[in-house]
Amino acid sequence: MTAMPVVEATIPTKVSVRDLDFYYGSSKALKSISLPLYTHKVTAFIGPSGCGKSTLLRILNRMYDLYPKQRAEGEVLLDGENILDPHIDLNLLRSRVGMVFQKPTPFPMSIYDNIAFGIRLYEKLSRSELDGRVEAALRGAALWDEVRDKLNSSGLGLSGGQQQRLCIARTVAIQPEVILFDEPCSALDPISTAKIEELIDEMSERYTIAIVTHNMQQAARVSDFTAFMYLGDLVEFGETNNLFTAPQNKKTQDYITGRFG
Amino acid sequence: MSLYTSRRRTNVIATTLCWTGTVFGLAWLVLILGALIYEGARGLSPAVFTEMTPPPGATGGLLNAIAGSLVMTTIGVLLGTPLGMLAGTYMAEYGRYSKLSTVVRFINDILLSAPSIVVGLFVYTVVVAQVGHFSGIAGALALGVLVVPVVVRTTEDMLLLVPLPLREAATALGLPRSHMLMRVAYRAAKSGIVTGVLLAIARVSGETAPLLFTSLNNQFWSTDLNAPVSSLPVVIFQFALSPYKDWQQLAWTGALLVTIAVLLLSITARALSSQGKNK
Amino acid sequence: MDAGFNRQTRDNSVSDLAIVDATPRAAEVDRGKVLGRMALFDFFFHNLTRAAAVLVLLILGGVIFSLIYGSLPAIKAFGLGFLTTESWNPVTERFGAVAPVYGTLVTSTIAMVIAVPLGLGIAIFLTELCPHALRRPIGVAIELLAGIPSIIYGIWGLFVLAPFLQQHVQPALISLTADIPVLSSLFAGPPYGIGMLTAGFILAIMVLPFITSISRDVFDTVPPVLKEAASGVGCTTWEVMRYVVIPYTRVGVIGGVMLGLGRALGETMAVTFVIGNAHKVSSSLLAPGTTISATIANEFTEAVGDLYTSALIELGLILFVITFFVLAAARFMLMRIEQKSGA
Repeated sequence: MTAMPVVEATIPTKVSVRDLDFYYGSSKALKSISLPLYTHKVTAFIGPSGCGKSTLLRILNRMYDLYPKQRAEGEVLLDGENILDPHIDLNLLRSRVGMVFQKPTPFPMSIYDNIAFGIRLYEKLSRSELDGRVEAALRGAALWDEVRDKLNSSGLGLSGGQQQRLCIARTVAIQPEVILFDEPCSALDPISTAKIEELIDEMSERYTIAIVTHNMQQAARVSDFTAFMYLGDLVEFGETNNLFTAPQNKKTQDYITGRFG
Repeated sequence: MSLYTSRRRTNVIATTLCWTGTVFGLAWLVLILGALIYEGARGLSPAVFTEMTPPPGATGGLLNAIAGSLVMTTIGVLLGTPLGMLAGTYMAEYGRYSKLSTVVRFINDILLSAPSIVVGLFVYTVVVAQVGHFSGIAGALALGVLVVPVVVRTTEDMLLLVPLPLREAATALGLPRSHMLMRVAYRAAKSGIVTGVLLAIARVSGETAPLLFTSLNNQFWSTDLNAPVSSLPVVIFQFALSPYKDWQQLAWTGALLVTIAVLLLSITARALSSQGKNK
Repeated sequence: MDAGFNRQTRDNSVSDLAIVDATPRAAEVDRGKVLGRMALFDFFFHNLTRAAAVLVLLILGGVIFSLIYGSLPAIKAFGLGFLTTESWNPVTERFGAVAPVYGTLVTSTIAMVIAVPLGLGIAIFLTELCPHALRRPIGVAIELLAGIPSIIYGIWGLFVLAPFLQQHVQPALISLTADIPVLSSLFAGPPYGIGMLTAGFILAIMVLPFITSISRDVFDTVPPVLKEAASGVGCTTWEVMRYVVIPYTRVGVIGGVMLGLGRALGETMAVTFVIGNAHKVSSSLLAPGTTISATIANEFTEAVGDLYTSALIELGLILFVITFFVLAAARFMLMRIEQKSGA
């Protein structure tokens, strides 16, 4: 049961998922999913746990490739190129599609190096250029003012919310085109959550964003489009405002009104 | 007698036996260390560290043996550590789910506790018998073979402990696995791997059997690794079994030195690893 | 942070995002090139690590191959008779493995008979009875002792234990058992001090820390709730161990014991000092004997003639085969307990 994506002729599509099936071993976790991610828009994946929303997200940068016995069938087009193609350069793909995880994952190194690390991999920059880029990334993640005086101390010493913004800065620093957020606020307090939501909103001016969240209010607040998933099916996809105010599907309605999940 | 009383009595007997066993078991170990310190310390003098091993009936020290042990252990560790780390990396990373890793893991565990004298025979057949003479290099090789399984095991274990989200985060930046390892995983696993290497050094620094027929012994100062080289454990072995009092005393002192070195290494390793855990 | 960075002037009226925008996007082509280089390195590193893993396999293969290769002359000369001949005569070049194999088995058996109950007892003590403040120090001490080189145990056995046994224990054993049929032949003959019993003692002391620390680790895999449940129905400490912990961990404990056995079988230095190095099979445990590893350690460098050397290497091969199977069985059992606790 797949709702056909809403046709938004005026907005260009960055990522297009077509008839996507996904398997963990022999069990099928996603069933014929089709949906678009519109350029410079925020798309939220919601649904009860086990519905496949995180699985879908982890296909978009092929994170599942790290594990055996997991495979995807169908097409995921990034700017028209199928990223499920076995010959695709995974590392190039991942440098274009960044990811922020559920729990903050600062690397065991200084704040400065956490950011500079990714930049240095891809570009040869002078020290001052690099400093500029690090600062820009930290400002982009609204973290600069809090860490400017302790750039050389360990990233592990920051608070949870700061660590998560550090991870966002790290992702932004290598200039991806798409950013995937996998329940980025589930380990954070309300104030840190608000900061990150604000950040996601600002970032959508430059990046195409997909966010998995179990928090419907969050989806309503930050996203332009929402996909509701249930047991591996895409039940409904539409503009966030429409989906939350006038759901087309009974299941969607039950879920957003809190009758299950 | 009620069932309850008899159960209680069994319990008291069993727990008393456990207590006694522990005291008894630990007593032996205390006795050994006590004798070692008592006998070994009597022979400690500057001469031990400045003079060569003496001929029978004369006095001397252990300088050439200490130096030989240090040199061969260093070379052995330098040979065995990279090999062990690379193999451990394969098993924890690239080949985590492969058949090869399962086989290597099994084989490595066997090598970990295989009799070290067999490793000596192996190096004898492959190196000494082919070259035609005993040499320090052969001794170092034998020690290297003994270092490998310890390092393989700890490297694999430590890399497996690196949290999954951290690996995924590095991968999500577009890093190939090699870069993820170099920049992130090895850093996170550093203290554990260092611990493993220290334990490996501790293990080989007391090894005697594999040196008996690889590096043999040399009564004199020798920097030529292509010739027989003296080592502390082999000197202890030969001197202890000799009928000369001076030699036996040197054997005790050498044994004390080896034990101190091994205990220091193990304690450092332990401190490092608990420090790593607290982080 | 270098000072130049902080000295950079910043126009705060420019929004954060504008600063990000101001940096030019890295050209796509460059990124591909960089990634190509990294992928090449990754390919190289991947194969390097795999080569290392294969090399570890080859080392074991090499050990087996070199032992077989080295034993060929002896195998050709003696065939299976090597395993049934007691004589070990370098002069007539008649060699048989019976005495060393017998000595190895006897000393290891003595060691296990003493060390297994003691080791299990200490492990039970550490997990159940020991006051918490002492648990860690004793545990650490035992692990440190497991790392002490075997030559230390050997030298102590030679200079301290053997004379003590000779003067105080063995005469008593001999006179006490003189009239008992089986025991009198086990403890017959003059008290030499050195001999199979002493070697077994030393081995026991040596493997005790191994067995203790492995059993303790294995006991720790029992889910606390299981022990609590047993105590909850009124089991005494001993009954909890006897009916819950030990059955639950049986496979792992056996694995740990086998691992200790593997050590005892292959141990060289601790035994060589005190075994007496006599190539004969005697029923008395007080008599000097020899083990496989002690024979090799004592005679290898002095062996003249290819056949003598080859016979010693064949002994090594036999030792390796025995320990290989013991250790393989031990690993297999420990693997099962790991899976159980992981599941």
